[in-house]
Amino acid sequence: MTTITKSIRWPGRSTERAVRPGGVGSWPVVGGLVAIAIVFGSLNEQFLSAENLTNLALQLAATGTISLGIIMVLLLGEIDLSAGSVSGLCAAVLAIVHVRHGQSALLAVVIALALAAAIGLVHGLMFTKLRMPSFVVTLAGLIGWQGLLLYVLGRGGTINLPFDGVIARLSDTWLPPWASWLIVVLVVGVVTGNAVLNRRLRRRAELPLQPLLGSVLRITGLAVLLGAAVLVLSADRGVPLLLVIFGALVVALDLVLRNTVFGQWIYAIGGNAEAARRAGIPVTRLRVVAFVLASTLAAFGGLLAASRLAAVNQSSGGSDTLLMAIAAAVIGGVSLFGGRGRPYAALLGILVIQSITNGMLLLNVDSSIRFMVTAVVLAAAVAIDSLSRRGSEQ
Amino acid sequence: MFAVRGVSKRYGAVRALDAVDLDLSAGEVVALVGDNGAGKSTLIKVISGAVTADEGQLERDGVPVQISNPHQARSLGISTVYQDLSLCENLNVIGNLFLGSERRRWSLLRKIEMERSARALLSSLDVRIQDIAVPVAMLSGGQRQSVAIARALVGDPWLVILDEPTAALGVEQTAQVLDLIRRLRDRGLAVLLISHNLADVRAVSDRTVVLRLGRNAGEFRTADTSPEAIVAAITGAAA
Repeated sequence: MTTITKSIRWPGRSTERAVRPGGVGSWPVVGGLVAIAIVFGSLNEQFLSAENLTNLALQLAATGTISLGIIMVLLLGEIDLSAGSVSGLCAAVLAIVHVRHGQSALLAVVIALALAAAIGLVHGLMFTKLRMPSFVVTLAGLIGWQGLLLYVLGRGGTINLPFDGVIARLSDTWLPPWASWLIVVLVVGVVTGNAVLNRRLRRRAELPLQPLLGSVLRITGLAVLLGAAVLVLSADRGVPLLLVIFGALVVALDLVLRNTVFGQWIYAIGGNAEAARRAGIPVTRLRVVAFVLASTLAAFGGLLAASRLAAVNQSSGGSDTLLMAIAAAVIGGVSLFGGRGRPYAALLGILVIQSITNGMLLLNVDSSIRFMVTAVVLAAAVAIDSLSRRGSEQ
Repeated sequence: MFAVRGVSKRYGAVRALDAVDLDLSAGEVVALVGDNGAGKSTLIKVISGAVTADEGQLERDGVPVQISNPHQARSLGISTVYQDLSLCENLNVIGNLFLGSERRRWSLLRKIEMERSARALLSSLDVRIQDIAVPVAMLSGGQRQSVAIARALVGDPWLVILDEPTAALGVEQTAQVLDLIRRLRDRGLAVLLISHNLADVRAVSDRTVVLRLGRNAGEFRTADTSPEAIVAAITGAAA
């Protein structure tokens, strides 16, 4: 950069507070997880056992996937309250097509996901064309799709999935150690290769480079973390396929949001929809797409839940599924005000919530206490979000 | 050379613009002044394509042109910086500079290319921002204004419209933005500056065009005119 003598000197303004697009970042959550591990680990030796951590990993996937969908609309500054009902309804449709009509599992999955996409399309059009607040649209969805779930299940109320069927087996499939290690090596290899390539390109473009130490530490940390997870999970039944699917979804969504024009525009709309519109971004279309994605991911989460339960019943996707999915996204650091947060929030947030749930069940704590503790964690997460937002606006 | 010829615009019974003329040429800063309701905003909306005029025409180099939406204005090389800046506070400087016109290959962002162009653009305007990877929310008011103005240059326009660029700024930051406006002129751009602040108008503009109640109410070479004469034209005291 050439320096010209008479250049503009901006009055100083503290840039010490590292308020990045992800709010205060994920450090409070990581700290919270460590605290949870220490507290429950010391209260009950079962908590940190390989078996329990494997169960935890299995419990994460379904609600975590629903939470991913919630993140899509939260990034726009909107909300989807229907995710739980949609997940239940689509799981029920899947079971009906697969079990009652004897169609193949694949066809049933495709139909269920297509139904979810159609539901999301309806939500999106009601929000953008009829200009109804997303809160109301999806509140109607919450009630209505729940009703449809009860209707299609009929009087029986429960449909069992065959235990040896493809869908039930999904949650009873474990990666052999060699496959798990291969994935770890591949992921770390790709991340390292990408970092090296990026560094080379930046140097060629004469752009400032990140400190090398930071990148090395980050990649080492990633390798250690993945390695530890595989080590622990392999000590029990192996890495569950469910966790790999959820992890792959998180990574894929994050890559799309950070590296594509679509992702950039989603963040732009969440930051300032009017500015995005003036800049020629197709705001309406992207909003509809976000709602479609949210419902589709919710349905996929419902599918994973049905797989774990090997059944669909009247409470599928009901009770606290939706609230936990929203809470996970927010605890993980996605701003309710839109435009800030990354898909990794779903992973971190659901890890926090599920750990608390799991730990309290191990301690035989009543669910009344569990709800209250989860509430405190959620409130703390939102308080951090609000404070960091106020701090960055001033 | 861009010209507005006899443009009128009615909102119901209100004549917002009544046969207004305006000439803009490259390398010149024209200040558009007038009291509230004089028609300044309507005029820039007509030029930037946000509204269409009822009568009159717009000419580019003597050829009539049609501007019926913001997109057409942009493709004619007319770029507008709105008073609210239209920045996405959560995106970084690079993201804001290329908002809506991201460099891409297929659908993938070309981040390195955008960062290089962003740095080149900012340094050519002599705008200094410590870290262009932080969200715009972290920047000062003057820096945000500079980012908004720099963004207006991304499409290589020849006319830049600035709506009250110094309204929300302190003394020092105002001086910096005025410096930036001079730099736009030195680049050979036509600049249309809308302002309430006559001190700013005197500091940077070459010509001052006064609107009053939707009509042309005077045109002055800024350097040869006293502030009193401009105020008189704005308030109609001279008439």
